[in-house]
Amino acid sequence: MSKKSTTTDAKPKKTDSGSKSKTKEPTQSKKNSSVKKTTKTDSAASIEKYIEKRLTEMKEEHRLPPKVMNELETKLKDLTFTKKEFDEICDTVIDSYERALVEPGEAVGTVAAQSIGEPGTQMTLRTFHYAGVAELSVTQGLPRLIEIVDARNNPSTPTMRIELAPELANDRSEARRIARNIEMVLVESVASNVSIDLLRQAIDIRLDSELMEDKGLTTDEVGKAIQEKIKAKGEVEVSENVIFVYPANETLAELQRLSEKIRDVRVKGINNITHVVIRKEAEGYVLYTEGSNLEDTLEVEGINPDKVYTNNLREINEVLGIEATRNAIIHEAMNVLTEQGMDVDVRHIILVADMMTADGSIRQIGRHGISGSKNSALARAAFEVTIKHLLGAGIAGTKDPLRGITENVILGQLIPLGTGSIDLLMNPQGITGKKR
Amino acid sequence: MISGLTTKKIDSIEFGLLSPEDIRKMSVAQIVVADTYDEDGYPIESGIMDPRLGVIDPGQRCRTCGNRVGNCPGHFGHIELARPIMHAGYAKVIHKVLRSICRECNRILLTDEEIDYYNRMFKRYPEIGQKTANLSKDILKRAAKAKTCPHCEEEQLKLKLEKPTSIFEVGDAGSVRLTAIDIRARLENISDDDYRLLGINPDAARLEWAIMTVLPVPPVTVRPSITLESGVRSEDDLSHKCIDIIRINQRLRENLDAGAPQLIVEDLWELLQYHVTTYMDNGVSGIPPARHRSGRALRTLAQRLKGKEGRFRSNLSGKRVDFSARTVISPDPNLSMNEVGVPEEIARILTIPQRVTEWNIEEMKELVLRGPDTHPGANYLIRTDGRRVDLRFVKDRTIISDTIEPGFIVERHLDSGDIVLFNRQPSLHRMSIMAHEVRVMPYRTFRLSLYVCPPYNADFDGDEMNLHVPQSEEARAEARVLMRVQEQILSPRYGGPIIGALQDYISAAFLLTRKSSLYTENQVNQLLATGRFTGTLPDPSIIAPVKLWTGKQIFSMFIPEGINISFKANVCRKCNVCTKEDCPYDSYVVIRDGELLFGVVDEKAFGAGEPDSLFHRIIKEKGTTAARVFMDSVGRLLIRLITDRGFSLGLNDVTLPREAQQRIKIILQEADHKVNQLIETYKRGELDPNPGQTLLETLEQRIMATLAEARDSAGAVAGEHLGLENSAVIMAQTGARGSRLNLSQMAAVVGQQAVRGERISRGYIGRTLPHFERGNLGARARGFVTSSYKSGLDPIEYWFHAAGGREGLVDTAVRTSTSGYMQRRLMTALQDLKVETDGTVRTAPGRIVQFKFGDDGVDPSKSDHGRSVNIDIAIEKVLGKRIKE
Repeated sequence: MSKKSTTTDAKPKKTDSGSKSKTKEPTQSKKNSSVKKTTKTDSAASIEKYIEKRLTEMKEEHRLPPKVMNELETKLKDLTFTKKEFDEICDTVIDSYERALVEPGEAVGTVAAQSIGEPGTQMTLRTFHYAGVAELSVTQGLPRLIEIVDARNNPSTPTMRIELAPELANDRSEARRIARNIEMVLVESVASNVSIDLLRQAIDIRLDSELMEDKGLTTDEVGKAIQEKIKAKGEVEVSENVIFVYPANETLAELQRLSEKIRDVRVKGINNITHVVIRKEAEGYVLYTEGSNLEDTLEVEGINPDKVYTNNLREINEVLGIEATRNAIIHEAMNVLTEQGMDVDVRHIILVADMMTADGSIRQIGRHGISGSKNSALARAAFEVTIKHLLGAGIAGTKDPLRGITENVILGQLIPLGTGSIDLLMNPQGITGKKR
Repeated sequence: MISGLTTKKIDSIEFGLLSPEDIRKMSVAQIVVADTYDEDGYPIESGIMDPRLGVIDPGQRCRTCGNRVGNCPGHFGHIELARPIMHAGYAKVIHKVLRSICRECNRILLTDEEIDYYNRMFKRYPEIGQKTANLSKDILKRAAKAKTCPHCEEEQLKLKLEKPTSIFEVGDAGSVRLTAIDIRARLENISDDDYRLLGINPDAARLEWAIMTVLPVPPVTVRPSITLESGVRSEDDLSHKCIDIIRINQRLRENLDAGAPQLIVEDLWELLQYHVTTYMDNGVSGIPPARHRSGRALRTLAQRLKGKEGRFRSNLSGKRVDFSARTVISPDPNLSMNEVGVPEEIARILTIPQRVTEWNIEEMKELVLRGPDTHPGANYLIRTDGRRVDLRFVKDRTIISDTIEPGFIVERHLDSGDIVLFNRQPSLHRMSIMAHEVRVMPYRTFRLSLYVCPPYNADFDGDEMNLHVPQSEEARAEARVLMRVQEQILSPRYGGPIIGALQDYISAAFLLTRKSSLYTENQVNQLLATGRFTGTLPDPSIIAPVKLWTGKQIFSMFIPEGINISFKANVCRKCNVCTKEDCPYDSYVVIRDGELLFGVVDEKAFGAGEPDSLFHRIIKEKGTTAARVFMDSVGRLLIRLITDRGFSLGLNDVTLPREAQQRIKIILQEADHKVNQLIETYKRGELDPNPGQTLLETLEQRIMATLAEARDSAGAVAGEHLGLENSAVIMAQTGARGSRLNLSQMAAVVGQQAVRGERISRGYIGRTLPHFERGNLGARARGFVTSSYKSGLDPIEYWFHAAGGREGLVDTAVRTSTSGYMQRRLMTALQDLKVETDGTVRTAPGRIVQFKFGDDGVDPSKSDHGRSVNIDIAIEKVLGKRIKE
């Protein structure tokens, strides 16, 4: 889906020009087929040539979406038929495609909202569900769907899937090494004890040698990391598995503050990634993480930067841009729904994703995003925070052009959707003229 | 009134504030008396219920407009405030504006160059909206930073807003409170151009109007007083608040006139400010809400508008309608899916306006003659001059029926064949409101076909549904063409049928179409007659000794010609190698040219919500009418079949032979033993933890796995002994109702009860119930139910079962509210989107969101389960001809 959608962005302009010829097209193609009827004694080579010609023609016309075009091509490959039959197949496909198009005026937004909202009542509410990797919990079902639609800054369970560089993909020890480099290690998590030594006026950090070995760290590295963090605020003294930090300012308060700070010093790994799990999959070893940091992960050596996935939409937007975010929204939302066994057409989700990303930034579905930035004060007032919007409209002296749905419902007028979007006018003079 | 004749349309609405002059101009009375009625019960002149403000008592005429109740819209009065009062809602804006203007010359605190720059920026956006608002925000921010005025070099002081309505000027000597008069004076001085830059449109509103000198008094029609049974009048909350304001206002005025000390005046002024603030919004933070004598907070202006029960959501976005009915629903398998059974009592009340023409005049006369009390009759007659005659009060209807001539409108009773809208809440998708054809019936419930239960999500345990009668020709046409049930079979959610067979229809279809089903000529005729089959019988499959037809033959007679499809039925065992047509369970369905050749018909063939099924193919290829006819006739046949044959489930069906029960017992004992062993190893500390899990988590997971496995193998034992002829097995396999799990729970073992996906562990300290020792982690102590539903649960098991069941109930309750809110948000965000004539999807103001809907422009409900074109079928259609020829 995602591949297709990116290509279609450029496509509409072409289809617009193509649509003009649409009306004329059917008659032309029919003529083509009728002409070919006369030359019935066609050799295999001429048929092949003809088929190729027609297919390239159809591709240029853009009357079928590329996905359908490809499917048609591959399915016709293994079959033999006459020119007439071939033309008939193409015509039926084009015809049934055009029959399936949306009609102008269709309330696609409402239908999309209903199609996503209705199955929501049947989804599980349980936040944690073990999917794929048993050790990692991922938010699923309705809570996750709400999270996506809300475009939250911090999803409740950020996670990444990282594939390794192709040449390392099947090397278990390499995978473990890379995983170690990614997993965030704090002083706190390798220290057996962090205490304040009042005699020495220093902070006493005892490191757990077992843990250190497990994480592949040396005492020096830890000391360096601490020194870098606290800079001139203190001096670090390293000995075997023990680190002393002498603060520059020797008050007790400073000691305490510094010890708190040192606990949270990152010794190794990438920020926010608290846990890494290695799994063997068809592509080789794959890393799954708890916590997400796309920007820094892409810099890690030994991974395949083309095959890194995160479920944090905001991060995707910052690192890869809005088109990627749009695709991520579609992917994530579709995943949630299929995981719950809900059969929802992608087009509805695409519409939601497009609406959320249409202006180049992620906009939430709700009062701080799309609904809050509507043009009509009445529509905004009817949704949430009524008073604020009414007072604001009063002082700004806004004019409501009444183009939306809510406004017209409020006024008791026909809504501009479906059959209401069409005006059918009768010329009374024409009628009276006839009667006379 | 037939729609389409209304030509007035509101084009746009402008918002603004009322100036003091506006308020005085629209006022019909100055209100000065803080009282309502005198001793005789007449409203006091210049009081809060002044007769010039409109009428609320029936029989009286309005002193201002002369109309009676209902026609008089009510008229505003006004109160002259003794001192200006700030509108609390605008305090924030006032504060912001004051910060960005000079305290001396009241010019905007920007240099001329900056003003020039912003003016140019403003010219880019001719319409006031989000863009100009952002610009103004920028200006306010920048101007507030200025230390001295660029125009008069006056030094600026910091202004602090103390919520809700006090503004302090913080100088070196301390802070001074600005009075409303001071603020108003500054605001008055701001030029129109400066206001524009600050995001205030001086054509619609000047900010000083937000510091009120006059207060409008709403008409009495807005705040009607109610007379209680005892004859005591009870006033509206707004009236109470108005009285408070007038009283304090009068006191303040008297004190001012008497030259009272500053302190008293200020106190009263503050009190008046409080009353006006709570009059506007009684939920402002920082001040206590005004309360009724009973302690209930008053419902003032803002409260009337806000929230779900407020004016906007409850009265403006949702409207009450006439011509509607509501009653309990019940099933009727003899109805078509397009129909709805309407009780005669309801049909006598709901009417349809029908214009009398020369072609229907006799009919209409007859209806009027029959009157309002006999069913196909009429309730009203509207003459050409627009006069409405209520036929209930006409003494001799023969006279009036003789006067009928073309052009009259008869409001006749609802009758069979009329189209109505039918709805069940919650209306979660568009299939929650569909159009049905009326069938007037006896008794007092709405009757509906079982096929429409899935889209409405209806059952018959007391559900009620609503019915609406469209009143105009256009509405009826749209209902018939767009909303009729048969047009809604395909769901726009996934492009497959949402309507279809369920429960007994599926069991019956299975019974009919399986290999062993053979029917005599008599039976076949019976069945086909109930299915209203017209056509000739095919040759019997067995000729001697008696002519016998197979069930497949009977079913095939209703499948339209030219349908080709093959698929795996629900009864499919999912063997590793599929033998297709030679399937020993007859679960590979093959239909060629409308002939059911192999396989049984079950949920996969025509069940509700089953895409890529036989039913789906029929709709796609033969259209909705053919699909409806197929479903209706097959349904009637199947119901007849299953009532004749009989199909029921009893205790016998879930009773296992003693030997099987023994085996299950052993399985469960073994499992219990295994669990105890696991606990032992855990207690000895010899358990290996799973990666990423604690020891206890590992133990729990292992125990759960062991018990689940035991339950499954016990279920398998039960399955061996429940034959294929067992009703429960038939239902589970065909997908009619229930599942394998349900079956084994009834017959073998109920299994582990869980809360939050874990074994039940809460209750007492260290144990779930006092029947166990502390720290007992055994199967039974943590909610494993070894009984079956048939054998019955013991008290402890029953308790665990209830605990597990409770979670489900809570879950549903919470889920409905959260998912409802999500849907409401999705709805408000997306509802303005529509497809334009050029195929683009745009928002209401015309911004393009998609160039083509869903990137390929295909309507999901017209797609074939998501695919825009089913190429296989297109190819088969063309190449299929070749075979025929």
